[in-house]
Amino acid sequence: MPLSWSLLAAMILAAAGFFVGRSRAYSASGGDVRQLHSRPAYHGANVALAVMLPALTVLALATFARMAGVIPVEAAGVAGLVALGAAVAGLGWAVTRVETSFRARSMVERMVLGIMMFCSLIAIATTIGIVLSLVFETVNFFEKYSIRQFFFSTEWSPRFEGNSRLGVLPLLWGTLYVSFIALLVAVPIGLLAAIYLSEYAGPRFRSVAKPVVEVLAGIPTIVYGLFALVTVGPLLRDWIAQPTGLGNSASSVMTAGLVMGIMLIPFVSSLSDDIINAVPQSLRDGALGLGSTPSETVRSVVLPAALPGIVGAILLAASRAIGETMIVVLGAGAAATISANPFEAMTTITVKIVSQLTGDNDFSSPETLVAFALGLTLFVITLGLNVVALYIVRKYREQYE
Amino acid sequence: MTDLSSNPVKAVPSARPNSGSLYQRDTRTRRRNAAEKRFRAYGLTAILIAVLALAFLVTTIIRDGSGAFRQTYLSIPVALDAEILDPQGNRDPAQMASVLTLSYGQVLDRALDRAVADLNLQIPGLQDGDVDGLVSRDASAQLRRMVLDNPELVGQTVDVNVLVNGRIDGYFKGRVTMQSAERDSNVSPQQLLLAEALRDEGLLVTRFNREFLTNADASDQRPEAAGVGVAMLGSLYMMLVVLFLAVPIGVAASIYLEEFAPKNRITDIIEVNISNLAAVPSIVFGILGLAVFINFVGLPQSAPIVGGLVLTLMTLPTIIIATRAALKSVPPSIRDAALGVGASKMQTVFHHVLPLAMPGILTGTIIGLAQALGETAPLLLIGMVAFVREFPAAPPEGLFDPASALPVQVYNWTQRSDPAFVERASGAIIVLLVFLLCMNLLAIYLRRKFERRW
Repeated sequence: MPLSWSLLAAMILAAAGFFVGRSRAYSASGGDVRQLHSRPAYHGANVALAVMLPALTVLALATFARMAGVIPVEAAGVAGLVALGAAVAGLGWAVTRVETSFRARSMVERMVLGIMMFCSLIAIATTIGIVLSLVFETVNFFEKYSIRQFFFSTEWSPRFEGNSRLGVLPLLWGTLYVSFIALLVAVPIGLLAAIYLSEYAGPRFRSVAKPVVEVLAGIPTIVYGLFALVTVGPLLRDWIAQPTGLGNSASSVMTAGLVMGIMLIPFVSSLSDDIINAVPQSLRDGALGLGSTPSETVRSVVLPAALPGIVGAILLAASRAIGETMIVVLGAGAAATISANPFEAMTTITVKIVSQLTGDNDFSSPETLVAFALGLTLFVITLGLNVVALYIVRKYREQYE
Repeated sequence: MTDLSSNPVKAVPSARPNSGSLYQRDTRTRRRNAAEKRFRAYGLTAILIAVLALAFLVTTIIRDGSGAFRQTYLSIPVALDAEILDPQGNRDPAQMASVLTLSYGQVLDRALDRAVADLNLQIPGLQDGDVDGLVSRDASAQLRRMVLDNPELVGQTVDVNVLVNGRIDGYFKGRVTMQSAERDSNVSPQQLLLAEALRDEGLLVTRFNREFLTNADASDQRPEAAGVGVAMLGSLYMMLVVLFLAVPIGVAASIYLEEFAPKNRITDIIEVNISNLAAVPSIVFGILGLAVFINFVGLPQSAPIVGGLVLTLMTLPTIIIATRAALKSVPPSIRDAALGVGASKMQTVFHHVLPLAMPGILTGTIIGLAQALGETAPLLLIGMVAFVREFPAAPPEGLFDPASALPVQVYNWTQRSDPAFVERASGAIIVLLVFLLCMNLLAIYLRRKFERRW
């Protein structure tokens, strides 16, 4: 890989440049460092950065051009030489500038600031990358498949030989159903736990129980997925679904929803905990002073005051549930059906993204490209929920500040 | 809070003045106190449910997975017949490598038959093939590796330890029973009886399974030989990529946003963007990785470098949010003092603020890495589910070799039909959880040790 070799060479050159710049600064000052505007190390750093920045720029441009197909892959060697040339030029230029009055520190600080600014733009670049890659392939998809069929058809049956029906509605139904059950589990438990921890628990109980509950948030989702597949699914089937005649499948909406609910408990409880703690003590004191019991205070004063924040927390939890993948892949099943029976296997948007994009992909067939349309749908839904939730939470925080 | 008055504590209509004594509670007080008790009980129950769910989850994983760390081995003397294994008779490893695994299977079968015949066991209904079926399909390959490593063994009779078939192993672990063996075409009850007899003779031993941690994945037919070695290495490579990319970029971005950025539209957009990015579903990052790094850039599928890049983009928001919180918690007086003695803004940040924020940054970074280590969904889309038998080379070239990752290996094993893979998957999860536990303990330790209250 010539590019990485020239990168290595540029790094060595930069390290050498640091020492050259520093020693030249020493000699320029004639042994009295106080004659210099900047300390010798800054002169060295200036030379090193003057080597690295042009080389990195050339390398980045070359990589990008190669990706985009502007220059052939074989041109990498040439690009590496150009990068090395740029590095040497930067070295020569920076070394000649070392003199007592040169403001090396300001120069270095400006460059470091630029680098940091660039780093903070990477977050924006990621978002743009996500949106572009989703939109680009989705447009491709809708050139091959009717947009109306995608959004309004209730049938999902991809076929390799073509003529697939790719309606999003069954997937959307499964996603929402699983998320609804998950929230039905997580919201009451999480909220009650948060209320108990913030209003009743003593400091010792709190210092034990809070971290234990939050361990649930640190467990990877694949672990929950396996738990659903191996333990919860068969348990629900053998004890509830089969005796009541509701279904025979271990993977079901109920399995996935229940396990996902457990996963979301700490999410709901720590968010609501913050929000309940932000309610001013004076409101509680007022209610207690009027003779209400602590539970009456919570129900009629604290909760109504915290309600907007709690709604925000629930929306965030919902967005988590909708985007969750591994639990539903292992727990919910793969059959795209619309049914109200929670013990039936259904499927979600994320499951189908995984199943359409794993294995051999043919990026010209609608069966593969539909995954990008599904991804865009998912992205838009979760983004909408997040924006609304973050707005509500922020608004609520300002209320008491 | 004017809207509070619209929701007053409900007055109970049956309320009447207290009958006199404070010691005697009236019905209304009793009811309110009961409601109070109930409410407390609800809260406690909720916490209890969460704790029980955690306990249930952990115990089932440990119950299912602990078997992966124990494995049954067969140790028998094997006569390594020179005529079969080294037809040229010159002990040249290069020529011996042309001898197929099949021949080693013959040697092994013969040794096994002799060992069983020597014991003179009486097992009714035992058929010819049953004895050979005891050992794993991987056993002959194991023997071949052993001989090729040390050609001098040929012609001698050596004691070898080979893996036992997964069903037999499952019998000793309680997964396979006589009843299930009747219905199973891969194992017969007679074989189980034979295995039991061999165990009593000391030929079959169940012991700690070190190979689980070092082996590569194995095919569908031989769960007993599957291990998490490649997956652990792949995860390690990805963590290295994340460490070298996400940490510098994340810290630099947070320093800029927290200490230097002017308050304007653009920085506002960046901030909203970062908090939204933290909540984007992980699978969307997988789509990004597939579209950009594999289809556009042309990086190879299932390479740790692609996984590392995707996980870097995913952990950046976590690291940025944690670092900014750490920087924010350094009091302004530190900055004022440094600026007051003539330091530049940059010197203030790098010489004073950053070192003081370091513990917080480290903690956030470790938590971000732990999150990345357990992430599965995006890796599925960039081809990490592929069946990988070869260990990747050392970095940096190894970053471009195909590899697996721990959580993906778990997913992979759940998709296999043999129930023995469930044990393997749970075992891999135990390995994963041990790593996560260590990382989190390290984070807690660092926080406790260096935490400062200003």
